[in-house]
Amino acid sequence: MRRYFGRKLLTYAITFFIAATIDWLIPRLMPGDPIAGMMQRTGGGSTLSPEASAAMVQYYTNLFGLNRPMWEQYLGFWTSLFHGDLGLSIFGHGRAVTDTIMAAVPYTLGLLIPAILLSYWLGNSFGAVAARRKWLDNSILPIGYLLTATPYMWLGLMLAYIVGFTFRWFPLSGGYGFNLEPALTWLFISDLIAHWFMPFFSLFLVMLGGWAIGMRNMIIYELESDYSRYLEALGAPQRLVRKYAFRNAMLPQITGLALQLGVIVAGALVTEIVFSYPGIGQLVFNAIKSEDYFLLQGIFLFIIIGVLAANFIVDIVYVIVDPRTRVAMRGGTA
Amino acid sequence: MTSVNLPSDSAGNTVTAPETQTDAVAAPSKKSQHEVLYFALRSKKFIFAVAVLGFLVLLAIFGPIIDSNDPLAQTLGVNTPPSTDPGYWFGTTTFGEDVFAQFVNGLRATFFVGLLGGGIASLIGMSIGFIAGYKGGWVDELLNMVTNVFLVIPTLALLLVISSYLQRSWPEARGVFFESIFVGVTAWPWAARAIRAQTFSLRSRDFIDLAKLSGRRGLKIIVFEIAPNMSSYLMLTFILLFGNAILIAASLDFIGLGPTSGMSLGLMMFNAVSWAALLLGTWWWFVPPGLGIMATVGALYVMNVGLDEIFNPKLREL
Repeated sequence: MRRYFGRKLLTYAITFFIAATIDWLIPRLMPGDPIAGMMQRTGGGSTLSPEASAAMVQYYTNLFGLNRPMWEQYLGFWTSLFHGDLGLSIFGHGRAVTDTIMAAVPYTLGLLIPAILLSYWLGNSFGAVAARRKWLDNSILPIGYLLTATPYMWLGLMLAYIVGFTFRWFPLSGGYGFNLEPALTWLFISDLIAHWFMPFFSLFLVMLGGWAIGMRNMIIYELESDYSRYLEALGAPQRLVRKYAFRNAMLPQITGLALQLGVIVAGALVTEIVFSYPGIGQLVFNAIKSEDYFLLQGIFLFIIIGVLAANFIVDIVYVIVDPRTRVAMRGGTA
Repeated sequence: MTSVNLPSDSAGNTVTAPETQTDAVAAPSKKSQHEVLYFALRSKKFIFAVAVLGFLVLLAIFGPIIDSNDPLAQTLGVNTPPSTDPGYWFGTTTFGEDVFAQFVNGLRATFFVGLLGGGIASLIGMSIGFIAGYKGGWVDELLNMVTNVFLVIPTLALLLVISSYLQRSWPEARGVFFESIFVGVTAWPWAARAIRAQTFSLRSRDFIDLAKLSGRRGLKIIVFEIAPNMSSYLMLTFILLFGNAILIAASLDFIGLGPTSGMSLGLMMFNAVSWAALLLGTWWWFVPPGLGIMATVGALYVMNVGLDEIFNPKLREL
């Protein structure tokens, strides 16, 4: 058990180390002078006198520590990282990047977690029921493929247009109404839920197709295998055979969830942009518009940490669900 | 402990990996090629997908010739709904740009990204997968580690940081060409993992031992013995990477890191959202690009399933 999780944790630590290093390297590898870019953006290059301009260049160089040797810059990066200091956000008007991101994280998690869990549960159930049943299979499979092929933002746009714009059942944008203040009142909470529903539902729908198809394929594969055939030959009822097939088919689906996390997070980002939902996606959108690189790099690290944590949870779930891994860990043979 | 992850290697990823198992890997010969064609022409899925993709490719090739309007030319005919008038088949945007011209040009970019991005990703994935699976030992361990690291890092997040820096320091790089390269360079990990698993299972077969005994070098064995024996699998991998590259590029464009000079379907949606097409109700601005992507990627997935059934007798509907 310890060996298994130790190995996993080591992989994640290395991943984080590499990701953070990439994060640090990218601005330094890019062609062009970052300070010149900053000067250009703030208009410092044209409106200021040469002395003032030089002073500003000096200021920025000191701020980013670009005049120090590379190894010192790299060490400094890790030191501030461990202090949770990711710099200041231009978009957030000088607020700390960490705080800006933290304010957005609850919205994103509030979309992601229910959408993932619900689509995973329903998708796997649909897929399992549909497998090897002509009529259901012929209807669920095409719908599933259509849904997985849909770009996340487009389904969001269509939902927003049909449900939000044409019928006006749900608000089109924002995390809560402009006329409300965050408070623990019934009015605010119901408004929060009304704004939450459409981005959640569009994320949920796109994911649903993928899980249904994956499960359907796995169940068919399991129903073809020897143990299913043997059970059938013994005269076991169909329901029992399917139950065993489902339990085996579930395992690759769990690994599939871990592999899909990156895609799902990307989907949440673009969905939030469609609905101007105040999560990480909207933050990315604004950071790019205002060329807020500190914020972007901070978001990158946050996403990595989130995905790594989710991966680790999936690892734990896998051990709980699959008894064989537990037996193997205790040194027995499955 | 790697056994824990094994069942997923070839079949686990929902739509990201072909479902073919090792027993589907069959030696191609003259006879079986004939057989493939025979089943291909009888597979409804395959024919449907080829028809849809064929139509879209023709549209991408000839569309810009039929409608020679500049996709970015602004006119006074603002927010016109779709009509039968030439140049207004799909209506116009808030700036009076021809949506049909944008659509067909964007479709070109979409196929370009799929082909180049998917191609690069396949190439990297195959190289790493083949080498890791064939060599084994510490080479395998090392490449596996690299693959696992890049498998966990969300592609889009990585591309986000890279592209956003590039847009200032090297604006020329913000075209469809470079976007395809970036997408290709980051989209390979699952393919490498799947191909490694396949190669691993082929490595111990007799004909490989025979090739080794006859003194063939490793690279030649990979290219002439292993690759042809999983050609169907490689083809399915390429098709899926093609579709994935299109979806990743569309997300990147939609976030606001798309091409600055050209046109793409993701960029169309970005513009539509940026200029409040939702509030104006100009649905013709954002419906065609998404539909185009959905049709392309959907047809690719259906083609993948169809081909899988053609190559793998077990999956065939009789």
